[in-house]
Amino acid sequence: MTEKMFMQALGMGIAEEMRADPKVFLMGEDVRASVYGAAAGLHDEFGDDRILNTPLSENGFFGAAVGAAAVGMRPVVETLTSFMWVGMDQLVSQAAKMRYMFGGQATLPVVYRAVMYYGGGSAAHHSDRSYPVFMNIGGLKVVTPGTPADAKGLMKTAIRDDDPVIIFEDGTLLGTRGDVPDEPDFFVPFGVANILREGTDVTLVAIAGSVPHALAAAKELASEGVSVEVIDPRTLVPLDKETILSSVAKTGRLVVADPAAKVCSAASEIMSIVGEEAFWDLQAPMQKAASKQVHIPFAQSLEKLVYPSKEGIAESIRKTLD
Amino acid sequence: MTLNIEKDVLMLMLERMWRIRHFELKLTEMYGAGEIGGVHLYIGQEAVAVGACAAMDDSDYIAGNHRSHGHPIAKGANLKKAMAEIFGRIDGYCKGKGGSMHLADFSVGILGESGIVASSVPVATGAALASKLEGKKFVSAVFFGDGASNQGACHESMNLASVWNLPTIFICENNQYAVTTSYRDTVAVEHISDRAQAYNMPGVLVDGQDAIAMYEATREAVRRARNGEGPTLIEALTYRFEEHSLGLEKIRKSVYREDKEIDEWRLRDPLEILTKNIVDTGMATQAECDAVSTAVQVEVEEAAEFARNSPFPDESELYKDMFSSEMPVV
Repeated sequence: MTEKMFMQALGMGIAEEMRADPKVFLMGEDVRASVYGAAAGLHDEFGDDRILNTPLSENGFFGAAVGAAAVGMRPVVETLTSFMWVGMDQLVSQAAKMRYMFGGQATLPVVYRAVMYYGGGSAAHHSDRSYPVFMNIGGLKVVTPGTPADAKGLMKTAIRDDDPVIIFEDGTLLGTRGDVPDEPDFFVPFGVANILREGTDVTLVAIAGSVPHALAAAKELASEGVSVEVIDPRTLVPLDKETILSSVAKTGRLVVADPAAKVCSAASEIMSIVGEEAFWDLQAPMQKAASKQVHIPFAQSLEKLVYPSKEGIAESIRKTLD
Repeated sequence: MTLNIEKDVLMLMLERMWRIRHFELKLTEMYGAGEIGGVHLYIGQEAVAVGACAAMDDSDYIAGNHRSHGHPIAKGANLKKAMAEIFGRIDGYCKGKGGSMHLADFSVGILGESGIVASSVPVATGAALASKLEGKKFVSAVFFGDGASNQGACHESMNLASVWNLPTIFICENNQYAVTTSYRDTVAVEHISDRAQAYNMPGVLVDGQDAIAMYEATREAVRRARNGEGPTLIEALTYRFEEHSLGLEKIRKSVYREDKEIDEWRLRDPLEILTKNIVDTGMATQAECDAVSTAVQVEVEEAAEFARNSPFPDESELYKDMFSSEMPVV
């Protein structure tokens, strides 16, 4: 174990997989200079043939990654969540649908790394938290690491996975630190939630950048005598609903913290599952601590009101105890 | 008349063009009988796919579009599985999950046929990227229409293929109409092939009714691609003899094209042109050419019978193929 930043852990995961398999290559805008950080050092180690700077043509290179994957390569594509809209046709019509539409003939081991910047005064065109959209499409695995260790372990699993994976790299977490296993055989499986803190009174599911706020809120509630269980699902497709349902069976209360806008969010889906499958376990109405349903305003005075904060999450927890 | 092309290539092209023509005529008949729904026919354009594919190897890849019955057949696909797919049956290429617009046989190097026009252009470009990155020799060709040539995906891919010097062959089948809209109203240059200049690659305008011309143009593009000389844009000027799709005959009422124009193009039937060229060289007689057509007709009838008798996919297929391995049903 070594303490690493989340961003470094992502890079470690990519580098280890590139060393392990010559079919893995990275492409995206400005990846050689690693403008977004996680690809630091990769160009020095792997050179021009495996670290490809692309033109600003998301539809073109998202699709080129699909084609390269279809003939046996394992491309890793770096982009920003907000630029994914530009290449949506290739993500939806090709990456997501090819396997099913062609009756299983296409195998597409492609990873899209969606750097998810928000919260830093970047306004509406650079602040998307779009993973719920991709949960809805189907055919894509949707990964949202919340800790540095998971950033590495999920990245490695994503690159070895034979299906298209989108890994959302939460910008608010990139500078966070934590212990990361050094071993190159460290993998975090998809579809297995992580119980970050055990508790008995309230289940708090926290997604991506909500994780640190959820842990802080749980700590605050503990000082008030409330025991909060914090669960990070880590992957939204596939979703480990059993861990969430068995926690709710124990606590009878559910709060979901989700940086995505609240309508049709990941929180919506999780609450819907609990409503359908565990209604009688609930002792209080479920609470959604998601982002407000607005575009991201530039002014800090407004932007800070949008996302789920420690205070907002704590407030939601208290509501389940009223 | 002498040709720089061997007899077996000519006869293979003739056979594959007849396979496509009879396949499409059979579908028309079955549509009339209510056996299948509306599909996009390739009649009139057979020389484009067949001429191009004849210049490629089995290890090369192609991708197509919504009007793509011809492309897999040109690349060597099995007619029975193609017909079964159009019937939505379990023995189809895609187990009935793709249908007419996604008639892809990956075993003969098809990367998919896309219902969203131009959407397979980046995909084919990516296969060419893999070829280059791995130091392989295979090339990747993509067929798209005049309508698709106005999509950003085409332009992004041509630029990408050129800056990365990829072995991609962009084949624009200009059948002159995007449903009812003439390319003359939507394309700013005189010829779509002129656009190649903007991407610093050769742009070649070819008579798309002439299989030999298509073969020769593609052979040169393949040579360049394999030799590391980069991509080529081929515009095949052709014509859609039928309406946009079976069932859309009513759009003729809008008179978006004159009967006279259709009649004139029908005189340039790609099968007649190739047959005449073969007979003129003395490589085969008219009777030998006719025998190819007759033999293929039998094959098409067998394919139709196979498709009719294949079962529909059952419920156990519904969730299969969403992912490569078992996933929880949500």
